[in-house]
Order: sequence, then structure tokens, then C-alpha cells
Amino acid sequence: MDFGLSDDQRQIQQTAHELLGERASFERVRVHAEAGSTDEALWTELCELGWPGIAVAEAHGGQGLGRIELSILCEELGRSVAAVPFLPSVLAATMIEQAGSPEQQERWLPELASGQITGAVGLAGDGGEELVIGAAGAAVIVLVGEDRTARLLTPEQAQLSPVASIDPTRSSARVGAAADAGEELGGDVSRGVDCALVAVSSELVGVCSRALEMTVAYVKERRQFGVPVGAYQAVSHRCAQMLLDTEQARSTAAFAAWAADSDPARLPEAAAMAKAAASDAGREVTAGAIQMHGGIGFTWEADVHWLYKRAQVDAVLLGGAKAHRARLAAILANARVLA
Amino acid sequence: MDLTFSPQESAFRDELRGWLADNQPDPKPVEGGEDAEFTWRRDWQRRLYEAGWAAPHWPTEYGGRGASMTESAIYFEEVGRARVPYAANVLGLLLGGPTLMAWGTPEQKERHLAPILSAEEIWCQGFSEPDAGSDLAALKTRAVQDGDEWVISGQKVWTSGAQYSKWCMLVARTDSEVAKHKGLTYFLMDMEQEAVQVRPLRQITGESEFNELFIEEARIPESNIVGGVGNGWKVALTTLMNERAGLGFALQIRLRQLLDDVIAIAADRGLLSDPLYADSLAELHIRCESIRLLAWKGLTDTERYGQPGPEGSLVKWLWSDTNQRLTQLAADIVGADALTIGTSWSYELMRARGNTIEGGTTEVLKNIVAERVLGLPRLKASA
Repeated sequence: MDFGLSDDQRQIQQTAHELLGERASFERVRVHAEAGSTDEALWTELCELGWPGIAVAEAHGGQGLGRIELSILCEELGRSVAAVPFLPSVLAATMIEQAGSPEQQERWLPELASGQITGAVGLAGDGGEELVIGAAGAAVIVLVGEDRTARLLTPEQAQLSPVASIDPTRSSARVGAAADAGEELGGDVSRGVDCALVAVSSELVGVCSRALEMTVAYVKERRQFGVPVGAYQAVSHRCAQMLLDTEQARSTAAFAAWAADSDPARLPEAAAMAKAAASDAGREVTAGAIQMHGGIGFTWEADVHWLYKRAQVDAVLLGGAKAHRARLAAILANARVLA
Repeated sequence: MDLTFSPQESAFRDELRGWLADNQPDPKPVEGGEDAEFTWRRDWQRRLYEAGWAAPHWPTEYGGRGASMTESAIYFEEVGRARVPYAANVLGLLLGGPTLMAWGTPEQKERHLAPILSAEEIWCQGFSEPDAGSDLAALKTRAVQDGDEWVISGQKVWTSGAQYSKWCMLVARTDSEVAKHKGLTYFLMDMEQEAVQVRPLRQITGESEFNELFIEEARIPESNIVGGVGNGWKVALTTLMNERAGLGFALQIRLRQLLDDVIAIAADRGLLSDPLYADSLAELHIRCESIRLLAWKGLTDTERYGQPGPEGSLVKWLWSDTNQRLTQLAADIVGADALTIGTSWSYELMRARGNTIEGGTTEVLKNIVAERVLGLPRLKASA
């Protein structure tokens, strides 16, 4: 048993960490967030490096690596909250690769893998228009129904109105579609959704760990009553709780990524656990980050709010913690019936 | 990342599981109280010992199997899964033996290790005192040299199993002139002397797992010092580092079994389709799996990279909190049984309150996480 990354995976992690540390500083995130624009220069660079296609099969123009490698990039991009459409686009590629027909894969995966086009995935509202992250500007949108069916749509086949979400580092749109619009994804939609959940959970792990890191640095520096505020247990114990939440999210996300590649029978359970834990942790940890920064944490000037906003959006993306606990309870009940 | 076990580890698990299937302990005695229960556990340890399963983590030269950390964790998982009792001499096997192996003289190892393994001599741990709980180094029990003996006076508390013990791992102050961590010495105290009085402490469960020790001029030969005079803090840390090694895996399995039992009852009562119960049970399932994953991550990282991560304190914190939540939820699901003396549910409901206190309170664990993992500053204690 080994929870460590392989040398190659470690290399990917380190490269991503260093590159984003340089190219996706909070200064740069802020510029694009305030302008409501994608960081095109960074996105182009990431596409040249093949990031959007990291988990796409080589036959479809990707790098053919696994879900763990994809999770590594999601986590690093979550840490940076870079203004690029990476997550929505890899979610679309994941759905099409895992659940699409050969024709659908052939049609969409090469361009998604190269970054020539972007995609988005959202939940199909029952008649209403759901918020779909990354949908404005996406060339292909996958809408997932509650019964785990999925439809693939071009923007022309949907009613799409771009909106400003609370997370300004990514585009979003309200998307509605007729029940028979576009094409059905006829394959293993459930596996596709579970793999997508792993990617979102990994991004949330990155968001949490950055929020905790910034908070710890701040409470060591900030002094009141003659001592760093981090010396007070009301503050330090909240930080400890943030670590526990983060590590719970990290361990369940790692398990789910591993299961996706190596133990598919446990993936549904693992993905539900990961998304539930990561959604809760994302909200709690970034909220804690704002609180532990005090008044400054509530200002536009401090950067913690970018993490809070990303966490809020990711926490409900493809279902929130309660929805996934309900799924998990159903899986447990079903396992009892089968046993 | 590879979350599977090696063929060798799986073979170890299969062998043990097979042995446990063929060798169930006698039924737990219904009469005779805690003494009878202890005798039952002692008999069980003898059978483990005879089959070479009392302490597989001990090196082969001392009668163990030289099991790796992973195999040792598998051992505790399987012992938990089989629902067999803990070995009677659990403190000797987990704490005393490994501490002697690290610090003991050849004579001490020769004299003590075999009777620990066979449960012939039971061990207890005399660390905590009424005024030295979380702040262990503040302990006041004094040891004064008298020829080739030391004379000990003081009081210890929370001493589990003292009423059955032959030996006590005792930390006492041998020098009150130096800094508080530096004046301590680690002794092996013979419990069979008039100067040592054991008084059981009754817990909220009604039973007495632990005791107070009143020590008035007990005598310990010089040869029963472990690790040298003034070195007690370091030796004690070795003991404490072993405190949760392995046993946590048995606790995690016990939590898993309890949760499975609660889920089964909830299913029978049609509560699994109640969204509120379903949500709570799913949350407990996630916590239970997180504990398993974090425990294995901590152990395998230590085994492979030599460096334990932050998982140890997090696992104990999460486990104790989760066990309390689970036993509390069980009271809602199980109903009257959970409030009736004599049922396992009522016992667990009471016993779980100790989980966030024993072996490091949650508050102290949070301090440890904040200071040693996150590197936050420590508030200066007032004198």
C-alpha cells in the first residue's frame, strides 16, 4: 500500500506548481477577474503543454495518462484559481471520453484535448435554466440529468445566456435545453459523472490547501495584544480544523482518483464520498480563511475571496454535499440488499 | 499510488484470519465482574502467545514475527474484525516491550520481555498525576537515591490495569533543580509491595478500567532504571510514540462494525430512506473511510519515507469525535436498548465520552496540530 505519487507524477506536480506560481500570481488572477476575461496567454501556454488532454487517450490526441495525473493538475489549478477554462473543459472531455459514442469521441475529443475549443458540463434543470460554469464560449456542452443520462449540445442547440457568477475567474451561463435537444451520450454516463466528480473534488482540495496556507501565514504575522493572533487557541484551533477538513477531502479525493483507474467497482462510492467531503471542506475552509483574516479578509483587496468564491461554485458543481451523501446512502443500502 | 496489499501482506492476513477462525476465545464470562473478564483476556493472550500471535510486531529474537508496520496494522484490523478481546497485557505488548527494546539493558530485556509476551507479568503505565495530565513534565512524584536503591513517593492516576499488574512503567522526578523535562527518570516499579496502594476509579460506565496509585516510599533497585538517570522524558516519549501505533487500526475496524450494525438496524426500521438519517449515516461512513485512509496514509508514508505526516493526531481526533457522533446517533435509531443498562449500545454511549479525553484530549491534539504541523506560535504559559 502506497499513497505516494510516482516519480513521473511528482514531476508533473512540481512542474505545474512552479509554472502556476510564476504565471498565475494573485496579481494576474485579479487583473482577469476584475476584467471578467480569460487569461488567454496562460491558457495558450497550458494548451501547448498538453494539459487539457492529459487524461484523453492518445488515439484522440491526448497524453493518455490517468485520473491521478488529471487530479494533480486540477489541484494545482485550484490552488492558483487561475482564470482559465481548464476544469469545465476537462469535465466535458471526461464525459465524452467515458460515455460518448466513437463518433462523438472522434468529433470532440481531439479539439478539447488540444484546447482549440473548450467545453462545459452542468446539471440539466427540470425545465429551468441551470448555471453552467464555462458554458459561455464553450463549443460543446454536456448536460447531466438526475437519472444519470446525459445530452451533448452545441451552443446553438441550447438556450444560453451568459451571466456573471460570483466567481469571476471563469465564464458561466444559464443554460436551458429541450429534453430532446442535441444528442444523447449513450455510454457509461455514470462512470463519466463519477470521474468528473473526482476532478472537481481535486480542484477543491487545491483551493482548501491554498486558503489554509495563506491563513497560517497571516495569523503568524498579524499581532494583537502583543502576540501573533495565531497563538490564541480560538484562532489556532480553527486552523487545525481547517487542516483536518482539508486532509479529509484530500484523502477521499486521492482514493477516488485511484479507484477510477484501479478499482472501478468502488468508484461510485468513492466519488460520492470525495465530492461530499470536498464540497463541505471547500466551504468551511475558505470561510475560515476569511474569518481568520479578520476585517481585511472581508475586503476586495485581500485575495482570499477568490478562493471562497471558487469554492462556493465548485461545491455545488455536479451536485452538492447533501446530494452526494444521499447517493452514498443509496449505495450503502443497495450493497446491503445485494449482500 | 497503490492502495492494494502485496502478496506477502495478503498471505499474512490470510494466515491470521484462518487462525482466528479456528481459534475463537471462550465465551466472555457473564459472572465474576471485571476480574473474571481479565482472567478471560489473560487466557486468550496465552493462546495467542502459544501460536506466536501475541505480538507479531516484536522482532523474532524476542518472540515476535518481525512483522512490518503494514503487517502489524493488518494484525490489529483482523483482531478487531474477529471481535476477539484485546490481549490482557496490551500495555506491556505495545508500550513496555518496545520501550525496553529501545532503551533497556541486556539484563532488563532478558528478564522482562518473555513474561510480557506470555501474559505471565502484566504491565501498567504510571505517567499521569492529579496535577500533571496534559502537562506531563510537571509531574511531582519524587525519587530519592538510597544506596543502590531509589525511594519513590507520590501519586499517579488513570493507571489502567494497575490492579492486575506486576510492573509499572513509572516516571518520577529525580532532580528538582533542573528544567522540568530534564529532572525525570524512567523506572520499572514492582507493584507487589506494601508501599504501593491501588484504588480503582469508577468510570461513568460503572466499571473500573483505571486506578489511582498511592506510593509511599516504594523501593526500586538501581538496576530497574530504564535509559539512565535524568533521561526519563526521552524514554517516556518512546513509550508515548508507541501508544497509538497499531491499536488505532483495531479502533477503526470497531467503529466500522458499529456503523454497519447501526446501518443494519436503520435499514430494518425503514430509516435508510429517511433523508435525515440517510444524510447522517452517509456522513459517518465518509468519516469512517477518511479515518481508514488517513491511518493507512500515515503508516505507509512513515514506512516508505521515514517521515510521519500530520495524520497521527488527525486520526485520533477524527476517530474519537466520530465514535461519539455514531453512538449518539445510534441512541436515536436503536431506541430503548441504547438507554438500558447492560446493552452494548448503552455501554458504547457512555464509553465514547472518554474517547476525546484518553490518550490526549482533543484540545491538546488541536494544539499539537497547530504548533507542530502548522507551525503556529505557542501562547506563553503564565508561570
